[in-house]
Amino acid sequence: MAHTAAAPAPLSSPAVTKLPIRAILPWAAFFGLLMLVLLYFVGAEQGATSLLSGAGVHEWVHDGRHLLGFPCH
Amino acid sequence: MNSATVRTLLVRGMLAGLAAGLLAFGLAYLIGEPGVNAGIAYEDAHTHEHEMELVSRAVQSTGGLATAVLVFGTAVGGIAALAFCCALGRIGRFGARATAALIAVSAFVTVYLVPFLKYPANPPGSNEPDTIGKRTALYFGMIALTVLVGVGAVIVGRRLAGRFGNWNATLASAAGFLAVIALAMAFLPAVNETPKDFPATVLWQFRLASLGIQALLWTAFGVIFGFLAERALRPHAPHPGQAAELPTPA
Repeated sequence: MAHTAAAPAPLSSPAVTKLPIRAILPWAAFFGLLMLVLLYFVGAEQGATSLLSGAGVHEWVHDGRHLLGFPCH
Repeated sequence: MNSATVRTLLVRGMLAGLAAGLLAFGLAYLIGEPGVNAGIAYEDAHTHEHEMELVSRAVQSTGGLATAVLVFGTAVGGIAALAFCCALGRIGRFGARATAALIAVSAFVTVYLVPFLKYPANPPGSNEPDTIGKRTALYFGMIALTVLVGVGAVIVGRRLAGRFGNWNATLASAAGFLAVIALAMAFLPAVNETPKDFPATVLWQFRLASLGIQALLWTAFGVIFGFLAERALRPHAPHPGQAAELPTPA
């Protein structure tokens, strides 16, 4: 991709610097996982699988789970 | 420095997702709740056992709905921001705002739209409770598959661009994406559980509402995050406090 863009850049083109993957990885590993856990609690907890007993989480997010497209019950 | 940039973009992605979630919650309350209520009314008319309400309908449709949509928006906003960090400068000559828009559109298509086409959103009362395990596995599997195929298509497209040019490479990888997804849709099991007498208009309007809510959430995220990311990445944007430290002509 970089090779095809070898022509001189027009002056209006914004200079975009790549962020090194090594700088992204620690954030992705920790916060990416944390975000997925949040999505699990909104989208699936106390449905097919339960980490917490009862149905409180399921009942609390019930409407959002249906409307966001997740299978609910 | 770079790590700090990633942190800034992650925080802004989550904030943009929260703001987008707020808009999506408003729309969900207005156009989504009627379908949920109609589904529950159908459910109540067809079951003899009435469970004790753990959370009242009034709370489910306001605080509960808001919690779900805001947490969803914040979480997907953070993940999309991390995807943005990886994509920036690597998917072609797009600036921060264009990259944010592309990430938002791609996320909407791969995380919601394509899985929705195979396993659409269902209102209460239109599924068999016993199949929740199978339906959950299929839905999350479909999301994972679509995201992986989408990322694969972008990587292959970048490789092809050197030989065939950007336009042809984009067409080829898009065609490849569609072909793999079509195959997966053809072979994955269908979920057809809607009761024969479930009102068709309720089903249609509920699904349309779900589509609208997700479309609004991702559109708002793309626009808001694009604005915030562009400001965070602007090369010469000194903080007000730093202005005094700039070298002054002697």
